Amino acid sequence: MSENVLEVRQLKKYFSLPRSSGGSVRAVDGVDLTIGQGEVVGLVGESGSGKSTVGKCIVRLLEPTEGTIRLHGRDITTASRRQLRGVRTEMQMVFQDPYSTLNPRMTIGDIVAEPMQLHRLARGRELDTKVAGLLDKVGLASHLRHRYPHELSGGQRQRAGLARSLSVEPSLLVADEPVSALDVSVQAAVLNLLMDLQRDMGFSCLFIGHDLATVEFLCDRVAVMYLGRIVEEVNTTDLFRAPKHPYTQSLLSAAVVPDPKLQRTRQRIVLQGDIPSPINPPTGCTFHTRCPVAQLPLCSDTSPTLTDVTGRSHLASCHLITADGTAPDVTLSQTTENAWSKT
Amino acid sequence: MTPRLAVKDLSVRFGTDEGEILAVDRMSFSVEPGEVLALVGESGCGKSVTAMSVLRLLPSIASVSGSILLDDTELTTLSAAEMREVRGRDISMIFQEPMTSLNPSFTIGFQIGEVLRRHEGMSRRQARERAIELLELVRMPAPRSRVDEYPHQLSGGMRQRVMIAMAVACSPKVLIADEPTTALDVTIQAQILDILRDLRERVGTSIVLITHDLGVVADIADRVEVMYAGHKVESGPVDDLFENPQHPYTVGLLGAVPRPDLAGGIQVRLQEIPGLVPVLRSEPEACVFAPRCLRATTECREAMPPLELLQPRQHAACFHPGSRVADYSEGVSA
Amino acid sequence: MTTAAIAVDHARASRARRLFRRFASRPPAVVGLVGVILVVLIAIFAPLISPYDPAQGDYNHVFLTPFSAGHVLGTDDLGRDVLSRILQGSRSSLSAGLAATLLAVVVGVSFGLLAGYYRGALDTIIMRATDVMLAFPFLVLAVGLAAILGPSLNNAILALAISSVPGYVRITRAEVLGLREQDYVQAAIVNGAPDRVILFRHILRNCVSPLVVQASVTIPTMIIGEAALSFLGIGVQPPTASWGIMLSSAQGYISQAPWYALIPGVAIAITALSFNLLGDGLRDILDPRATK
Repeated sequence: MSENVLEVRQLKKYFSLPRSSGGSVRAVDGVDLTIGQGEVVGLVGESGSGKSTVGKCIVRLLEPTEGTIRLHGRDITTASRRQLRGVRTEMQMVFQDPYSTLNPRMTIGDIVAEPMQLHRLARGRELDTKVAGLLDKVGLASHLRHRYPHELSGGQRQRAGLARSLSVEPSLLVADEPVSALDVSVQAAVLNLLMDLQRDMGFSCLFIGHDLATVEFLCDRVAVMYLGRIVEEVNTTDLFRAPKHPYTQSLLSAAVVPDPKLQRTRQRIVLQGDIPSPINPPTGCTFHTRCPVAQLPLCSDTSPTLTDVTGRSHLASCHLITADGTAPDVTLSQTTENAWSKT
Repeated sequence: MTPRLAVKDLSVRFGTDEGEILAVDRMSFSVEPGEVLALVGESGCGKSVTAMSVLRLLPSIASVSGSILLDDTELTTLSAAEMREVRGRDISMIFQEPMTSLNPSFTIGFQIGEVLRRHEGMSRRQARERAIELLELVRMPAPRSRVDEYPHQLSGGMRQRVMIAMAVACSPKVLIADEPTTALDVTIQAQILDILRDLRERVGTSIVLITHDLGVVADIADRVEVMYAGHKVESGPVDDLFENPQHPYTVGLLGAVPRPDLAGGIQVRLQEIPGLVPVLRSEPEACVFAPRCLRATTECREAMPPLELLQPRQHAACFHPGSRVADYSEGVSA
Repeated sequence: MTTAAIAVDHARASRARRLFRRFASRPPAVVGLVGVILVVLIAIFAPLISPYDPAQGDYNHVFLTPFSAGHVLGTDDLGRDVLSRILQGSRSSLSAGLAATLLAVVVGVSFGLLAGYYRGALDTIIMRATDVMLAFPFLVLAVGLAAILGPSLNNAILALAISSVPGYVRITRAEVLGLREQDYVQAAIVNGAPDRVILFRHILRNCVSPLVVQASVTIPTMIIGEAALSFLGIGVQPPTASWGIMLSSAQGYISQAPWYALIPGVAIAITALSFNLLGDGLRDILDPRATK
């Protein structure tokens, strides 16, 4: 087994609230995550699940409250900015918003060249050649290097952002919803590109997203987050074929499929209520307030731990999964009122 | 059956600093009572402009031509005062961003009640009671206490419910929903879609759903109109259109979406549509999709294909229709 | 390489042309620009185009009315040619306006950048000091400072500049607070860019537009401020001509020679108005929030 590129242990990030309220937002509350060489791991969850916060802590845009982050075995949790500088070429980030990801006053060529200049990886003619090569790699025409961001489309900007991140040949790329702001056909092109680049360059990738289909398309392994914790983590095939955690099951059933006939016959579970506030998360299992199969008081009293439920690295945290890996089936809990069918 | 809403030859032009823009070009569609019609397309294809022009909510730089019939009323010739009566009572609309659509300084009960007081002449007390009923209808938890809350106290999903409650307060004939679930999480989206379905069943409202999400379309729509650069390129019942798309743009859109492969298996590459949606300055003389289309021939670049009945219930505007996918993945040069 | 260079030129030219077209379609802005160019030209060539020595009096010809023979704008209480003095006065007015603004921008932007980027205690100290200064009306503060520093054109400029620093601190800080959350700044941090690069390349370059607009609005305020200080005797010192001093000395003869007060007044008004119109036009074409 090869060395892990990223190891995150018990990562916590609390944001303190203004003095008047006194509390804190538990955005991330004890996350373990490992990414191997060349592995693409998806991190999915709804808004407020803390998935973006995990990504920002890993690249140290945010200071973790607790826990350790190891990159190639080296602890970077508390490294200073100066110490981090040497690590910066190892990990890079791609952002969501194509309109704010590029400096509007710089040309595309300057933007792509900047990381290489900062780390003194290339200069002069060599730098020019490298920039041209990178633009070609991400599918941008060479004349675009002299253009400013406002002259590019959303998809082209995301490509330029990708070129900037990959210019230093990182071993880990954190992609924070890189396609969710793009149109469908453009999304497809950027996803294909990301897949091709990953295969060709072999970097590891943490892909943060909310769209299950996108994550399934791109990732080898998926971790599902709910209220700052990972509730299930397994290889992509098993997650979509045999989800164990009631939340994952609900999430999968709520996702709409672009196939009317299939969509009509699918068992749909509509979760009631909203995601609770991370300021005051529910006791015990944080999902018990919305869980269709929750057994009180067990689920509201004790917090379940993330354990391997099948013996084949299928991690889930739910009291109701039995020792032989049998998971509760939320579709059986549905009342007829919610199960809607077209006649 | 006469359609509830019939739009015919709708064209919308915008006069801007940089010259005139043709946002919608001779668009026609109709919605039957209780039907869900989806207008599908990417940003810039004119679907939102179409919806706004039905409600006559476009800014003054827009010039609109064509006919919009609601039952037997021609909306384009109504006075501003008459149009105000129609809005909210006969046709109402919900938007993508529920935060900016509600006034932060009034309780949600007051805002729902305002519609009822104006259009139905209800008293304050009646309106409040009806507002609570409406909140129940949109499955707002604890409607009796929520009715006195302000928009900032509600989550995004709950705000969208309030918007829907306001929109259906007067049991409108037509509800226009512009990307109603785009800003919401998956589990909340499922709730909202259920509510819309419920309304259609119980109130008999016709729904015009504007979306780019083909999953949402498959979930709730009866019929689909695919728009591209201000033009209708294909239309048909949802099952036929998804199973056997005819226009290359529809084929491309369907292939561009990664599908959760519920059976498990290896995903292939997604289909790409190279290029960008054009901005039209004048009425085009050739197929608007031709510059991005791998099936395009000289014919496509010289003449505009008419909308033709190609399948029993399916129309498409293309000289080379068909659901072949191969054209894309093989990359036949144009 | 040449085609690439042409592409750059083309892109830049088309942007410049678009901005120019937007500017040209606003008549008040064009009037302002013409006015500013005229005043600047006058200030540069004042010694060449002045018909007389502005300091040379002629006791035989005091208080000549405008359009007198040889003196188009008449003469003052000491028989000096008013036109020559107005032309020379444009130099102190403009130099005060431009120098004070430049100084205020440099100091204010520096503090604003530090406060907005580093936050924390530094931010608190800078902003509280700013609040204290903002508690005084602009002119009151400038007069107070000029009185302390002592009367001279340089001290007047310094006093005016210090008085308008707080405005620049606030504008810059607000811009920085917004810009530091932009993804490209985050990307620069992820790339290990030093603060110097982040501050100048990624943040400062993107607050240029609002600052240019603000500066064009500050210049007329400074010109009026200089006139006010000179009028009060704590700015430019005689015998150097300044519009403020001319106003001040005309004060005593307002009933006998009202034109003598009117002429420098009109000069101040036209100059200030030109800069204001230009500033408004620049705001319209540069500030994306005003045009989008």
